[in-house]
Amino acid sequence: MKFLKFLLIGILFGIVMTKSEAISWYRIQEMFRFQSFHMYGIIGTALAVGVVMTQWLKSKNIKSVDGQPLQLKDKEKSVARYLFGGIIFGLGWALSGACPGPMYTLVGNGYTTVIILILSAVAGTFVYGVLRERLPH
Amino acid sequence: MINFLSQPWPWYVSGPMISLVMLLLLWAGGQFGVSGTLRSVCAIGGAGKSVKFFDYDWKSQIWNLVFVAGAVVGGFIAHHWLANPEPLALSQATIADLKNFDIEFDGGLMPMQLFSWSSLATLKGFFVIVVGGFLVGFGTRYAGGCTSGHAISGLSNLQVPSLIAVIGFFIGGLIMTFLLFPLIF
Repeated sequence: MKFLKFLLIGILFGIVMTKSEAISWYRIQEMFRFQSFHMYGIIGTALAVGVVMTQWLKSKNIKSVDGQPLQLKDKEKSVARYLFGGIIFGLGWALSGACPGPMYTLVGNGYTTVIILILSAVAGTFVYGVLRERLPH
Repeated sequence: MINFLSQPWPWYVSGPMISLVMLLLLWAGGQFGVSGTLRSVCAIGGAGKSVKFFDYDWKSQIWNLVFVAGAVVGGFIAHHWLANPEPLALSQATIADLKNFDIEFDGGLMPMQLFSWSSLATLKGFFVIVVGGFLVGFGTRYAGGCTSGHAISGLSNLQVPSLIAVIGFFIGGLIMTFLLFPLIF
């Protein structure tokens, strides 16, 4: 079962997101108001471990389970799309209190209106696709 | 063990667990980036027929949809069997700030005052759920990634574009929190 491992990793992710409280609208408010170290501690330690492990995997040329190179492609060089896109996402993140990962996890936590939040995000993605050629990248 | 797991996890446990999820996805042949699933949903819905951006091989991204389906299940498991019986330990300063906007801290993960179905029909609820969601979907695709793809995966891979994106996330977040939020609420 090729997809079973992704399902299990996803379940782990949902549990981690819930128990870390990173899915909490309140925690995102607290983060952007600099009133707790909690979210910065999560992102900081995730990054510290992530940087060390990713560089180690690259230096050892480790392959994935099916023998392919790891999906660690360099991102296209640019400033405009990352800055403008990032700002628009940040506006939405601070308002809705959820980035995409937590959105899915919140539905599992029983917050059913988050389904509308996800559909709105799908609509936003669609409108980006329509306007893409006209936006600075 | 269950009692231990049911407590909110401290940041120094949660952070490395998120890195573990990222590393497991790499090992499994994927990559950590949740917002890509929103593009897949558009493609599956047939958006590729009229918009070129959605005309791509979404079938190669099914693993990511399975991953987020797992995230729903994981949220369900954590909510039903590992739930924290205590109210969220939100800082007093945040509770006071939100009170100024007439948002009462209810101890849960989300303020039901804003995220209930009846709230959806109010202007504030519409902004938080519909406008907020739209901006997240538009912005993540424009930036080519969200918190998982840029802030965790991208920065772990020392990508300068991801650093620019994360700086953007915070510029946008601070503009919303300190300039726009007081106008909406």
